Amino acid sequence: MTSARFADRAFHLLGLTVLVLALGMLGALLVDVARDGLGRVSWSFLTGYPSRRASASGLLPALAGSLWLVGLTALMAVPVGVGAAIGLEEYGGRGRLARLAEVNIANLAGVPSVVYGLLGLGVFVQVLRWDRSLLAGAGTLALLILPIVIITSREALRGVPASVREASLALGATKWQTVWHQVLPMALPGLLTGLILAVSRALGETAPLIVIGALSYVPFVPDGPRSPFTALPIQIYTWVSRPREGFRANAAATILVLLAVLLVINGLAIVARDRAARRRSA
Amino acid sequence: MGPTLPSRVPSALSLAGPGRAASAAELPPARMDVRGLSAWYGQTRALTDVTLPFSANRVTALIGPSGCGKTTLLRTLNRLNDIVPGARVEGDVRLDGTSIHAPGTDVVALRRRVGMVFQKSNPFPRSVFENVAYGLRVNGLRDRREIAERVEESLRAAAIWSEVEGRLHDSALTLSGGQQQRLCIARALAIQPEVLLMDEPASALDPIATQRIEELIHTLKQTYTIVIVTHNMQQAARVSDVTAFLWMGTLIEYGRTEDVFTTPRERLTEDYVTGRFG
Repeated sequence: MTSARFADRAFHLLGLTVLVLALGMLGALLVDVARDGLGRVSWSFLTGYPSRRASASGLLPALAGSLWLVGLTALMAVPVGVGAAIGLEEYGGRGRLARLAEVNIANLAGVPSVVYGLLGLGVFVQVLRWDRSLLAGAGTLALLILPIVIITSREALRGVPASVREASLALGATKWQTVWHQVLPMALPGLLTGLILAVSRALGETAPLIVIGALSYVPFVPDGPRSPFTALPIQIYTWVSRPREGFRANAAATILVLLAVLLVINGLAIVARDRAARRRSA
Repeated sequence: MGPTLPSRVPSALSLAGPGRAASAAELPPARMDVRGLSAWYGQTRALTDVTLPFSANRVTALIGPSGCGKTTLLRTLNRLNDIVPGARVEGDVRLDGTSIHAPGTDVVALRRRVGMVFQKSNPFPRSVFENVAYGLRVNGLRDRREIAERVEESLRAAAIWSEVEGRLHDSALTLSGGQQQRLCIARALAIQPEVLLMDEPASALDPIATQRIEELIHTLKQTYTIVIVTHNMQQAARVSDVTAFLWMGTLIEYGRTEDVFTTPRERLTEDYVTGRFG
């Protein structure tokens, strides 16, 4: 065997090992959580309210809170984020200002989420007086995922070939008509991928919600955007920090539910993405 | 080449010199008129002081080696180069006597009058029908029957109707390369432009598809003023009435196609059309 082929084999093996290691760790984590929590997942757990007794507790308020949060967050972040991406990509020049914006957005994506929590606390909770509402939480999360939405949306827009824009413009379409009728539909699969990433991030965030004062004991389902709320990660955090054994099982069960919600939301987005991609290339 | 070049480059005025006065007079008046046009991409000069009329209902071929500025010239005629970062022009281009670079020019309206077909066919990833209807819709046409009529009319004019009649609602991407290019021509014709710009429209096609496009160009010149960029000398000789030879961003020679190909005035032109370089 030549040394080049040996290196090829070795690298192949190394890659496989690393992959197995990563997946194995994830698997072990899942199995551990499932062993602790699977027994607690039941209809009454999903539809119940928090209680002083672990075995009587449910996570409906947290589940509902998380769904509300994700919906509102997407509602706020997607139009602004995609709009910003269109502005930068389709209308923005290649000048110094555009580069400055680009660097700043990339940096914002790396800011710790607690900092966004503090920003949300200052702007939404205190200045805008949205209090500890879903609206304040969603606003904070929207700020947090905005850089991700912008970056992935720009990537998606950049993937649309210039020939399509030129064809449209050459037919006497305005820039906006070109973006709306040709560029956006073609970028849709990419935009949805970005949305999946961003929503996954928002769903799992705990720190900024704690900072803006999401409650840990919520015995009701939110009835609107101005309602106080809790969310699944916060529920996990609360239960896991209790000393009694039963609550740990509750936390593990909540983790499973959170993962399931994540999978369902991502699954829906992936189906939508593939349908959009098929329609474009049929 | 260097030092002797300036003497070979004719000034704009010498184009209408005594030798060619007769043939120039045979050409109909210019629909588009390029005057003293220079173009840059950033610091790179792509065109230098080009002056060239495009006669109505004639096919003008722009020929020259790669990078000579043919495509740049073509893309300044509908100001599509505006969207290229760092691109700028000096000089003037007139459409029916009105400058298209004047401040306040409605570029969208200009592009409705000056249509374009690209080198690589670029249909939208939609149905055949929607590809042609798009230009009508963005121009404000709403009446479904009128759109359907104009779509059929355009597809017929582009000699592709019989091939797509039964599959109007199939994706345009299922058509063959030659069909896609004729669909792109139909799409450009649908908005009834006055001038049709074609950037090597047959360079990616096989000989049979190429022949169909060339026949189509013959028919279309009765209605349109056509400017075509081509790398193919035979094609230029076959389809065009007037040929302009560009070299390194400069217009070297311009005249009736048969004159340019058989009795070129410039040595450079002769070398190029006979295949000695380029």
